[in-house]
Amino acid sequence: MVDTAVFLVAGAICLVGALGVILARNPVHSALMLVMTLFGIAVLFVALEAHFLAAVQVIVYAGAIVVLFWFVVMLLGVDKATDLEVGALKPQKWGALAFILGGVGVAVVLIAVLANPTTGARGVSGALDGTSNVRLLARSLFSDYVYAFELTSLLLVIAVIGAVVLARKPKVEELEQ
Amino acid sequence: MTVSTSWYLVLGALLFIIGGVGLLIRRNPLVMLMCVELMLNGVNLTFVAFSRELGDIGGQTVVFFVLVVAAAEVVVGLGLVVAVLRRSPGTTADDLSVLKG
Repeated sequence: MVDTAVFLVAGAICLVGALGVILARNPVHSALMLVMTLFGIAVLFVALEAHFLAAVQVIVYAGAIVVLFWFVVMLLGVDKATDLEVGALKPQKWGALAFILGGVGVAVVLIAVLANPTTGARGVSGALDGTSNVRLLARSLFSDYVYAFELTSLLLVIAVIGAVVLARKPKVEELEQ
Repeated sequence: MTVSTSWYLVLGALLFIIGGVGLLIRRNPLVMLMCVELMLNGVNLTFVAFSRELGDIGGQTVVFFVLVVAAAEVVVGLGLVVAVLRRSPGTTADDLSVLKG
């Protein structure tokens, strides 16, 4: 009973936030709606007993990524951001095509999910046997997926260098060339 | 009435589709990046739901990697957006079609 209520409330928050992201005219409002969706998903992660991911969701997404979006809006200037307000495509046929694609996607997913979602085969890599979620995740991350984990650190270094290079103001002599 | 895995799958699919439609109908590059985040979150929800359904921690590990890649993607994507918009304010995704290699 309680988990049904939690799912319905958090799911409604997620969907309202998601619709707000794509319908809000101002990018700042879109980012606020994105925060709402992300918090709803964090609640659902808790309901699914993925406690570590719920915490990371709030810290990384709401704490870092959305703040980054706001930084960019403020960096470009709020007056310039209002230039960007109008968002929807002008040619109506493309918008209509997008909605038709979305409707077909919903139909396909409903058919697939309501038919038979899983084979029912149990996982073999670290069963969820009631021990701490963080411990299980760490064991999986640092044993089976350790090479992927090291590669993500490389990816983050590359992203930092790329951001610095992109954000650097070009020098005057470089512009004159 | 208990919450089955299918409910989470439907919600994740709806989030993915809303993000995809937003990516198609919006022209502001910032909002398009936010729509990509929505799609990633829909997929994350599906992964975690299957992780509990099948009793396998692997799904949650994949979600961890998706979070890292999403952070890197946003950093580089926003860097590109700032670089383009600083040069010509008010640029939309359509105007970027003039970029040729």
